[in-house]
Amino acid sequence: MSENGAQFVSVRGVTKRFGDLEVLKHVDLEVAKHGVVSLIGASGSGKSTLLRCINLLERVDEGEIVVDGQRLTGEKVDVNAVRRKIGIVFQAYNLFPHMTVVQNVMLGPRKVRGLPRDRCESIARELLQRIGLEAKAREYPDRLSGGQQQRVAIARALAMEPDLMLLDEITSALDPQLVAEVLQLVRELTEVGMTMILATHEMSFAREVSDVICFLDGGVICEQGPPEQIFSDPREPRTREFLARVIEAGRM
Amino acid sequence: MHRFLHAFVDPFAFRQALPDVWSGFLINVHMMLIAEALVLVLALLIAIVRGLPGRGAKPLRGLAIAYTDFFRGTPLTIVAYVCILGLPGLGYPFLKNASSEALGVVALTIVYTAYVTEVYRAGIESVHGSQRMAARSLGLTYMQALRYVVLPQAIRRVVPPLLNDFIGLQKDTAIIGAIGVTEAAAQATNYANSYFNYTGYFVAAVFFVYLTIPLARFTDNLIRQRELRERAAGI
Repeated sequence: MSENGAQFVSVRGVTKRFGDLEVLKHVDLEVAKHGVVSLIGASGSGKSTLLRCINLLERVDEGEIVVDGQRLTGEKVDVNAVRRKIGIVFQAYNLFPHMTVVQNVMLGPRKVRGLPRDRCESIARELLQRIGLEAKAREYPDRLSGGQQQRVAIARALAMEPDLMLLDEITSALDPQLVAEVLQLVRELTEVGMTMILATHEMSFAREVSDVICFLDGGVICEQGPPEQIFSDPREPRTREFLARVIEAGRM
Repeated sequence: MHRFLHAFVDPFAFRQALPDVWSGFLINVHMMLIAEALVLVLALLIAIVRGLPGRGAKPLRGLAIAYTDFFRGTPLTIVAYVCILGLPGLGYPFLKNASSEALGVVALTIVYTAYVTEVYRAGIESVHGSQRMAARSLGLTYMQALRYVVLPQAIRRVVPPLLNDFIGLQKDTAIIGAIGVTEAAAQATNYANSYFNYTGYFVAAVFFVYLTIPLARFTDNLIRQRELRERAAGI
């Protein structure tokens, strides 16, 4: 399956339309096992849609997606089985407001993995400890700061023990002083070898943790390469333009 | 003025009518409790069917829509006449032997299920799609996402309108009285016919109001407690 050199995630010729609008146009993307790929680009360039397609939250119109040797697109795919192995974290956290923090983290292991309650509880406790929010286990999400909520959302995804994590602009809704705690958690995930695809506006963070940077523009992967090359020596004029604007905005 | 008070709120007549109206009112409460339990469950099922995704579920969705459209628009009186007077005539033994009270409950359930289905549906639709998406992204099935994530939030939100419909249902149990069930209003009518005094209706009204007020305060409390628990202070 994913032996040396083989790609863990392969996106081949993926096209996604919303009505007449083509949001993704023949996108190709490869991610190695333990690899970290960052998607950068303006809002509306298709980053989020691409992540949602990989988690089958959006149906792909053309092309195919293969994860760990298993084809996700096409007929007769058990979407629930696919999603079990792929975690996604959203910009708006999307915690379940009627459940406590620990219940949020336990839901997946309990109902999807079918583990006994005490086992789920210990998984959740361990994760909450890891993200430093053990003390908040019995609180409801609304009582937590944005950064804390996002860390819980990451823990909730990790509780499924996914092989792949998709992070969809997870710091974009946060106050600047809360961004660091979330990024630190992501950094720790890269250190343990989690395969990840991030859509992000945090350029310096993307540069630090990524193996590959993909610049999306108008639903097309305009340029991709190692971070040093993309950020120091972008080849495509559109990439250069985008990065110039980012620097101008003081975000790098 | 004196004549008015004597006819409608006479203290002596009040005490005299009270026992019979009370025994009738117990029938109202009885019908209401059974109908409310049935409505809560049936309306939820129909609301779920109405929200089912996919082309395959289209006929089912159509049935659910037809049901709510039809029975929301039909006066309860008509449904009650058909149930209480019409159903026993069909010749099925279980319908022939059914009491008017039971058939009245059927009528109330049919009509109020249509209303409450819409209340549930509004609640389900008010839960943001991102909640369902987050649930599905964990690998929960459509039904699991509905059961553990969407419905608990939806139902909390619709408790006040649900209570409102139940107050309506409680009052409408009196309509069943007009078709042969000796509940509170019918007992009041009996009293009026015997003594030419309408205070019995006032007695019945007092009972109905006394039933709804604690329920309303209870719901207010429920909502306040939940807000305190789930919302951060000062928001």
